[in-house]
Amino acid sequence: MSTPYQDRKIPAPKLNYGDETYFDAATQGKLLVKYCKDCGQYHHYPRALCPFCFSDKTEWKESKGTGTVYSYSVTRASGPKPYAIAYVTLDEGVTMLTNIVDCDLDTIRVGQKVVVTFKPSEDGPAIPMFKLA
Amino acid sequence: MSIKGKAYIAGIFEHPARKIENKSLAQLHAECAKGALEDAGLTIHDVDGYFCSTDAPGGLGGINMIDYMGLTVKHSDSTNTGGSSYLYLVAHAAEAIAAGKCSVALITCAGFGRPGTIVRELDSAIPDTPFEMPYGPVTVNLYALAAMRHMYEFGTTNEQMAWVKVAASQHAQHNPNAYLKKVVTVQDVLNSPMIADPLHRMDCCVVTDGGGAVIVVSPEIAKTLKRPLVKLIGAGESPKGQMGGKVDITYTGAVRSGPIAFAEAGVKPSDIKYASIYDSFTITVIMTLEDLGFCKKGEGGKFVMDGNLISGVGKLPFNTDGGGLCNNHPVNRGGITKIIEAVRQLRGEAHPMVQVKNCDIALAHGTGGSLSTRHGSATLIMERE
Repeated sequence: MSTPYQDRKIPAPKLNYGDETYFDAATQGKLLVKYCKDCGQYHHYPRALCPFCFSDKTEWKESKGTGTVYSYSVTRASGPKPYAIAYVTLDEGVTMLTNIVDCDLDTIRVGQKVVVTFKPSEDGPAIPMFKLA
Repeated sequence: MSIKGKAYIAGIFEHPARKIENKSLAQLHAECAKGALEDAGLTIHDVDGYFCSTDAPGGLGGINMIDYMGLTVKHSDSTNTGGSSYLYLVAHAAEAIAAGKCSVALITCAGFGRPGTIVRELDSAIPDTPFEMPYGPVTVNLYALAAMRHMYEFGTTNEQMAWVKVAASQHAQHNPNAYLKKVVTVQDVLNSPMIADPLHRMDCCVVTDGGGAVIVVSPEIAKTLKRPLVKLIGAGESPKGQMGGKVDITYTGAVRSGPIAFAEAGVKPSDIKYASIYDSFTITVIMTLEDLGFCKKGEGGKFVMDGNLISGVGKLPFNTDGGGLCNNHPVNRGGITKIIEAVRQLRGEAHPMVQVKNCDIALAHGTGGSLSTRHGSATLIMERE
């Protein structure tokens, strides 16, 4: 069985105040992660207040963009094209919801190394996704 | 303060229809309410507390339905935790009754599920939405992620998940109102189309119109009624999320809601004669059984095999109405049906082919939202008096 990756239309995310930095960086090819200067931990999705210690001293850091597939599901019957939703654990330690792209979707496995890539949304920012390393 | 022994489930009603074309949403809620009140032997004028979730019409919690039904209430609650809402609401009703805030609580759930799962609003202020919606999350793939990781960590198989559906279908054959009454085999499940790896179509619950209602009353009122006495003895609730990115989707909120409920009830999993387990998908049941302590973590797949959930066959009869997998999942919210079938079992009013003998203690558990991102989790333990 083979399920080649196909581009699909991605609606532009409607951002809340504070989200622009993350998506502006993505459009420039950078993946950002929020880091807490008080407790020294990364978190995701990004918040103004750290979800571990509730400090407001959070800052953006650029991720290395490398990680490991924590889980995935090739979604075959929701919409016109199959796609692979996944959780990827970044080497910084946080796990993010994403898509695995640019491969035969049937070859994705838990534990595979992946690297960030970016796909355009419709009239919106680029969206961080991952391809097999 | 505990709710143990402070409230009884006196009335239940499950709407018999699964496809409804000719009713308004408010009418459907009210008809469910009427059915449960008649079952209890009470009237609408006895109700002094109303509890609903966001399937009820209106933007003001329960106020629109309270007005529609002509109620005058002293207490209301419109908690929304998806399909688990109604288990939360039974517990909240019991708390209100125990605190003297009301004595006859009406809980309704109703709606039209067949148009499909409601997609989250793109322009809402939900903080996670911009970081998730671009990736195409839908109900089935968010449960599939949990199933895939469970298979990876514990060796759970598609065959084991299929046994959950097989058991549900064995029960549904005896329910004349069940949406799917056909008995299926493990092979039937494996042969059904793959929807989102590793979940096949038959790993997924049905999508139906309909609803139900439950009446929770004070002990004093329960003892004046002619119905068998079903006493609430324990309740626990705890949502689970992504933990700031320290994501672990191998367990559910039942790891917290279960022990809270068991501790309050003073019973243990081996005391439970019947369990209603939320079965949005087959994997939901396997993970919930582990987290409630019916088996060790990671052994849920083995636990459900070989008919272990089938009434009269296995050790833990579950979802004897056919569950969400075969019977009913009204408006994508199956929690109300979980309470209803547990009460039927405790009353001895389940179908004779699935009635559990000497069913004195039962559990009902709800999981609402999605296993791999955020979900509500609520456990109720009930005893026949």
